[in-house]
Order: sequence, then C-alpha cells, then structure tokens
Amino acid sequence: MTFEYAPAPESRSIVDIADAYGLFIDGQFVDPADGRTFPTVNPATEEILSTVAEAGQQDVDRAVRAARRAYEQVWGPMSGRDRGKYLYRIARLLQERSRELAVLETLDNGKPIREARDVDLPLVAAHFFYHAGWADKLEHAGFGPAPRPLGVAAQVIPWNFPLLMLAWKVAPALACGNTVVLKPAETTPLTALAFADICRQADLPPGIVNILTGAGDTGRMLVEHPDVDKVAFTGSTAVGQQIMRGLAGTSKRLSLELGGKAANIVFDDAPVDEAVEGIVNGIFFNQGHVCCAGSRLLLQESVADEVLTSLQRRLSTLRLGDPLDKNTDIGAINSAAQLERIHELADSGDAEGATRWTAPCPLPDRGYWFPPTVFTGVTQAHRIAREEIFGPVLSVLTFRTPDEAVEKANNTPYGLSAGIWTEKGSRILWMAQRMRAGVVWANTFNRFDPTSPFGGYKESGFGREGGIQGLGPYLDSDVVDHEATVRIGFGVTEVAR
Amino acid sequence: MTDRLDVRKTYKLFIGGAFPRSESGRTYEVTRPDGAFLANAAKASRKDGRNSVLAARKGYAAWNAATAYNRGQVLYRIAEVMEGRRAQFIADVQDAEGCSDTQARAQVDAAIDRWVWYAGWADKLAQVLGSANPVAGPYFNFSVPEASGVVVAVAPQDSSLIGLVSVLAPILVSGNAAIVVASTARPLPSVTLAECLATSDVPGGVVNVLTGDPVEIMPWLAEHADVNALDLAGITDDALATDLERAAAGTVKRVRRPEAGADWFADPGLSRIRSFVETKTVWHPMGV
Repeated sequence: MTFEYAPAPESRSIVDIADAYGLFIDGQFVDPADGRTFPTVNPATEEILSTVAEAGQQDVDRAVRAARRAYEQVWGPMSGRDRGKYLYRIARLLQERSRELAVLETLDNGKPIREARDVDLPLVAAHFFYHAGWADKLEHAGFGPAPRPLGVAAQVIPWNFPLLMLAWKVAPALACGNTVVLKPAETTPLTALAFADICRQADLPPGIVNILTGAGDTGRMLVEHPDVDKVAFTGSTAVGQQIMRGLAGTSKRLSLELGGKAANIVFDDAPVDEAVEGIVNGIFFNQGHVCCAGSRLLLQESVADEVLTSLQRRLSTLRLGDPLDKNTDIGAINSAAQLERIHELADSGDAEGATRWTAPCPLPDRGYWFPPTVFTGVTQAHRIAREEIFGPVLSVLTFRTPDEAVEKANNTPYGLSAGIWTEKGSRILWMAQRMRAGVVWANTFNRFDPTSPFGGYKESGFGREGGIQGLGPYLDSDVVDHEATVRIGFGVTEVAR
Repeated sequence: MTDRLDVRKTYKLFIGGAFPRSESGRTYEVTRPDGAFLANAAKASRKDGRNSVLAARKGYAAWNAATAYNRGQVLYRIAEVMEGRRAQFIADVQDAEGCSDTQARAQVDAAIDRWVWYAGWADKLAQVLGSANPVAGPYFNFSVPEASGVVVAVAPQDSSLIGLVSVLAPILVSGNAAIVVASTARPLPSVTLAECLATSDVPGGVVNVLTGDPVEIMPWLAEHADVNALDLAGITDDALATDLERAAAGTVKRVRRPEAGADWFADPGLSRIRSFVETKTVWHPMGV
C-alpha cells in the first residue's frame, strides 16, 4: 500500500524580491562603479529571480574604506556591551523575519523549505545570540587579558548554506570588534542582501557590515585588498589554496573552512534503522551540498548487505521535487555547473568499475536535479572515494576490523568530519580519538550548534567557527607589550600604531 | 701540569633517534663570531630532510599516543639532563654567540627553565584549550586540542639556545613531532641539545635536528605532503618566507610567519602552542 502526498507548498508571497539589487556599502545600496550585473536564478525552475550587481575593484576599495572608517571611528571605540546589544537586535530581527528568509533561501538555493525553515534559519539566529553575549566578555575567553580585534575582515562564503554561512562569519567578527566586507556566492546572493536590510532595521551604523555581490574575481580582489586585516573563506580546497598563496608574505590573518570527504563508519553492532537514518541525513541532507557530508560509507563486512538493503529501501521513499513543498526531502542542485560536476564524477564511478544504484524517483522537467545515488564496490583508489562530489552521491566501502576502519577513514587529504555508529561506548571513544577530523559525530550526523566549534584538519582548512575556539580567528591575542597600549572604548586595550 | 690535547667532537645530524652524517657527505665550517674555527657541522640535504619527515611521522605516532602525563615527564626530563650539562651549554652558547659568560649563563638557565614551564603544560592544555559545549539539544558535546602532526621549524638565527628551545618545546608539548633546522651560523648548541634529547626518553623521531642552510632545505620541506605545519621563526629573508608560505598552500599547511626581533626571554604565552594544535569536537546523543 502506498500513501499519496497532496502538494503542500509554502507560500512565496511572504517574500518581496526586487528586480535589481545594488551593493551594500557604508549603510546604503549603491550601483557598482562599472555598472556590471548578473542574474540569480531559482535552480528548481530556472526562473530569473533578480539581477544583482557585480562588484569591481573600485567597489571593493570603497567597501573596504567604509569598513576601515567604521572600525576606527565607530565599532572599534564602541563598548563591548553596545556591540553585543546590536547583535542581539540582529538576532531578534532574524527570528522575526525567519519565515520570509527561509522561503527566500529556498527560492535562491533550491534546498527544501523544511531544511531552510527548521535548520538554517534557527541556527542563523542562534549564532547571533551566542556571539552577542561574547562581545562584552572577551577578556574571559582565554585569549589573554586584553584581546584586540584585528580590524577589517574580508569574508567569502559559499552557496550551500548562504545565510547560515553569513552568520558563521559575521557574528563572531562583529562580536570581536571587527568590521566586515562580505561576499556571498554568486548563485545565492539574495539572503545576504536581505541581511543588509536587517542591518538597516537594527540601526547598525554604516560601514560595519558591507555586502559585495560578485563572482570569483570580486572575491579575489576583496581578499587581496591591502587594507584588509583578516580573511575568512569557506569553499573549495582549490580556492582556499589560491587564497593562501595570494596572502603569502602579508601580515593578514587567515582562516579556511574547505572541502571534505568524510567517512561514516557503521560497525556490526550498530542499530541498523538508526544508522540508516544517519547515513541518509549524512549524505542527502541539503542534496549533499555539505562540506562535512558523510560521502564515504564504511560498512563492517558482516552487516554490509543488511545495511545496504535497508538503505536502498529508505532511499526509495525520499521525495524529490519542488523545494517549497513542505513534504520535499531532496531539493534542486544549486546550479547547472554543479550538476555537471556531479554528473562528471558519478560517470567516473561507472567508468572505474563501481556499481551505481539510483533511487527510483522522477525528476522534474525544468531545473537542476540529481537523484539520490549509491555506488557500491568502491575502492579507495576510485575518484568517487577521493574527490569531493558535493552532491547526493554516496560511495560505499567495507572493512573488517576497527584498525582497518581507522586506516580507510583517515586515508584522505581532507579531515573535516567523521561518523561512527556502534553501541559500544569504549569503541566510540577509541575511534573518535583516532579520527583525523575536526568534528566527529557518534551515533548521529550533521549536527550543528553555535557553541560547538566547527572546522577541519589537514586540507579541510584551519581555524574554527563557533564556540569559544571560534573567537580566536577574529582576535589578536599576541599582544604582550602592555606598556605600548592605549585605552580605547572597546573595553580592552588597543596597541597604538 | 701539562696541557692535555682535547678530544674534539664530530657534529652530526639527529634523525630518528640516531646521529647520522649528512647523506650528501657535506659539511660546512662553523666559526666563532671572531672567526676562530669551531667545528665542521653536517650540511643537511634535501634527502636528509625527507628522511627526517619519515622519522618524524613514526615518532609522531608514538608521541601523540603517549599520555599527556608521560609527555610532561619526558619534557621535564630534558630539563634535568640539560641541567647536568649546564657547563657545556654555557660554553657552546658563548662560542656560538660571542657573548659574555653572564649572558651565556642567563640564556642556558632560561632555556632549561623553559622546558620546565612547557613540561607542566602537557596535561593542562586540554583543560585550558578544550571545552564542554552546551549545545541546544540532547547531545553530549566536547572539544579537545590535538597535535597537528609533523611540524617543521626554522630555529631563530641569532639566539642559539633559548630561541631554539622556545620554538621546539611548544611544538612538542601537545604531541607533535618536530624537524628543526638549526641556526645556520650558530648550530652547535642544537647538536648538544640533540644529545640531551637522545638521552631523555624522547622517542626516536619525535625531534629531528638538521644543521645546514634553510634556503636549501626548506623549499622541499614546505611542499612535502607529509608535513602538517611550518614555523618560519628563523627565516630572515622576506622573499624566502613568502615562497615557503606559498609552497605550503599546496597541502594547506598551518604556517607561523617569521617574527623579526622576537624577545625569546619574554613570557611565551600560549600563542605558539595554539599555532600547532587542531580542535576536535565530538558529539553523542543523550537518551535512554
């Protein structure tokens, strides 16, 4: 017996998308100096949602200048208490406009409204609340008695969790007393532009938050701008490496949150149904557009068949389609370019001899879609076991002993996350200790919280976002020469330059 | 009383717990600042660097798996063994830097005391840098610092002992293995230190000491895929530092940039330790 679902679309009338957007610099929307623009589309329908400005060098200069002035004259001298109160205001405004922002995020990104509404937006507000409270307590955070802000932060974020990545970047930067120039991804600029409006509603003084839309060139101009003190980037390892090279020889501070190829390890004593839910959440959450996705499933040999059968049965029930439908599990792939990359890597799986299984779900006629896909018979040498696919594609490998599981899990240049499924507590801790990964989920997967530091080992980057550790990348705690310091209103001391 | 003819030492590299000559067979002349001959030090090659990485990777496995309590005791042991060789270190530093006896004594005392200071950190780092995280949900969540892995450090060029120890100890305390390229012109205290390390229960490969020219060795180590982090403290040439940082990007190494004019006698703080640790966060559901 099958149950049919009636359509349950979330109304998009709650959002009001302008025909065109400028750049948000020094508290106002302005046209780009050279007038260049580009469209942003709904990946589920290929409908053009709006036209946004492409920031060039002059715009980057202008935004950094505004951020510098705001840092020196307004945000730097402001007390931690007042900075915190602005962040609390922003957190409340985000909550008030949460439904609108969730719908907007789903339209621009293609993720299911259920995820935008229940995961992204609650976490966005929570990040601002958490960091608001830090603003006047930084001297207690373990970075010395007088940690200082760094200055102007250039922040470049990806398209997979557009507003959440903005929150992860902007909230700690502002709490620590820095001002920001943020570039959202070119395919998902709309919620960042809506955030500019929230800054307006919060009466945040001009120049503290500046938003520049654009593509890779804009990002490069921003991070390489000589008057930027801090660069924070989330995205691919290849671009992270380019940024590292570009910053070599400068005094800019850098934090990187890059790619991953996480192992999700299932032992023979794991409860199969729970593990299957975790596997599904691990790789099919957000269409697999998750840097910490559990994209390599490591099954203990004795239970591999049982888990796979159960997994395929579960995947057959996933509903793919209209992201605004509240019953949708799998939304649209974010862009045509990303869809092509997923196809290319999946095809390499076929070519290299792995066995493909595709969930039996119909794909809509328009938009960018890829069905949940599982490859079995994967070896460690296959590209689908080594390269980040960033899509709903799971590669399954097997192991016999815990030592072998450790070897295989760590056999990657990445080190962002790992999953462990077993009922045995001592084995969880033994495995967790051996995972060369920044986040280890045991008997769960893809959980996030502002109090919980997130970030990678090895080529997955460095620096943490969230938690007390996440403040470090936005603070200069190396000052030991207290005699050379002068008091400023920051509530801590600032070195005279 | 007749003057006894002294027995002079052969200065070699320290790799994997052994004291090999450079595989290249090369040496270079080390002199006092006044030009007087001191010794021929081994001139490490690219291959010596690679051998050190292999040794360090093995050393890291043992060192990182040791308990923090044990690491602390071993670091304290280094101080004990150095104390016994205090006179030799004072002579070495005086020869290397041409400084007064008083200055050399101050430097050696500070270096020994620095090991004691870091020894005490081994079993406290997780408490100071780690955290229990109050996530909004039924999960137990904690974060711990862990060593980055294999760290290559260029020791300060001017400060032959306190500079060297100030760079090396914070790498070791969290469980990293180190390859340290000694001061080119003042390398001999580093060899004496290696002799102390070899007799202080530091597992072989945990510290590897190369003498020679960082300009020659470092480009290879900066791009080596099995090196996790670089400390460029002793790189004095800005262009070289930039090149090394660029090379390090190939495998996203953690890089600590050179610090011109650093005061190695000052309170070190936690900054150097923080540079070479990762934070691992573990989640587990709570329920019945």
